Amino acid sequence: MSSDSLQTPRLVEVRKNVLKYNDVIARALRERFRQAGVLAVSLVSSPGSGKTAFLEKTLTLLYPRYRVAALVGDLATENDAARLARSRAPVKQIITGTVCHLEAAMIQSALEGWDLNNLDLLFIENVGNLVCPSSYDLGEDLRFVLLSVTEGEDKPLKYPTIFNSADVAIITKSDLAAAVEFDETAAKHNIQAVRPGMQVFKLSAKTGEGMTELLDFLESHRARHRAAGAKNSDFAGSTSSDSPIATGN
Amino acid sequence: MHELSIAMSIVEMAQEEAERRGSARVQVVHLRLGLLSGVVKQALLSSYEMACEATPLEGSHLLIEEIPVEVFCPQCDAPRQVSSIQWFCCPECGTPTPTVLHGKELEVVALEIIE
Repeated sequence: MSSDSLQTPRLVEVRKNVLKYNDVIARALRERFRQAGVLAVSLVSSPGSGKTAFLEKTLTLLYPRYRVAALVGDLATENDAARLARSRAPVKQIITGTVCHLEAAMIQSALEGWDLNNLDLLFIENVGNLVCPSSYDLGEDLRFVLLSVTEGEDKPLKYPTIFNSADVAIITKSDLAAAVEFDETAAKHNIQAVRPGMQVFKLSAKTGEGMTELLDFLESHRARHRAAGAKNSDFAGSTSSDSPIATGN
Repeated sequence: MHELSIAMSIVEMAQEEAERRGSARVQVVHLRLGLLSGVVKQALLSSYEMACEATPLEGSHLLIEEIPVEVFCPQCDAPRQVSSIQWFCCPECGTPTPTVLHGKELEVVALEIIE
C-alpha cells in the first residue's frame, strides 16, 4: 500500500449517473404505462399528512367508472393496504424494511403478475418522508406532494427539493383549517416560491370538499395522457377495447 | 437517510470502473452533487467511509463538487443561478421560473487511480 504514495495517480473520466440503474428501470416503467394507457400517479408527503385517507377516497370515487389500482409503500405493516382494499380496487403493499423510500425496481417487482392493459390509473403511495423520495424516479407521470393544514404553512420552504420535484400540490384536511388557523395564502405563496406555476388543490378526504376538482383534473389528465400515448404508439388503437366503461369507447 | 445506499452505489460503480482498467487502485472518487439532488453532502461523506469498509476502495476519498441550482429565466432569455432553493426566481429581474437547468446532478465524473 505504501508504494501507492510514490506513484502519481492518473485521472480517468467516468461521467456516470449514480442512480442510473434506478433511472433505467423508471424509464422502462414509464414506457410500459404509456403503451398500456395507464396514468401513473405517485404520492409523497410527510408521515401523517393524509396520503392513505386521500387515496382511499380517490379510489372509492374513481372505482365505479375507472379501473384503478394502488401500490403502497411502508417500512412495515400491511395496514395501509388493508385500509385501501376497502375501496375494492386492487391494492398491493410494498414493505420496504429499512429503506426510507420507494425505488423503481420495487415498483417493477410489485407489478409482476398485473396486466397493465386492464388498468386506467395506478396510484403509488410512497413512504411518508419528505427527503429521500425526491431523488428516485418511479416512472410515474405525475407526482403529487401532500401538505396537511396541521403541518404548518412553511413546509414547502423547509423541504424545497421534494416540492420542486412534484407536479401538483394537494393541501389536505381542509376541514381542520379553521381550527388550526391555517393561513392558506401563505401556504400557496410558499408552494409557488419553490415551484412556480404548480397547480394546487385544497381538499378534505373526510368531508369530500374539493374532491370533485381533483377528480376532474385526474380524468382530464388521463384522457390527454391516453390520447398522447395512442398517437405516439406503434400500436395505436390496440388498447381501445380495454377502455373504461365511462368513456363509452 | 438514503445516503448510505447512494454511497454503496458510488463504491460499486468506482469498483467496476477500476476493474475495467485492470484492477487499478482507486484513490479518489470525484462526484458532482447538485443542491437539488436530495442528497446531503455531509451525510454522504460519512456514509462513503462506511460503504468503503472491507472493499478495495477502503482508504479512498470522495471529493464532492457541489453544483448550484441554475434556472432558465424566460424574461432575460438566459440561464441564471438562483440565490436560494427556497425562491425559484431570476436573481436579476425577479421573474419566477420552474425550469431547472442544473442542480439535480448526482454523478461520478472521474476517478484518480494507481495502475
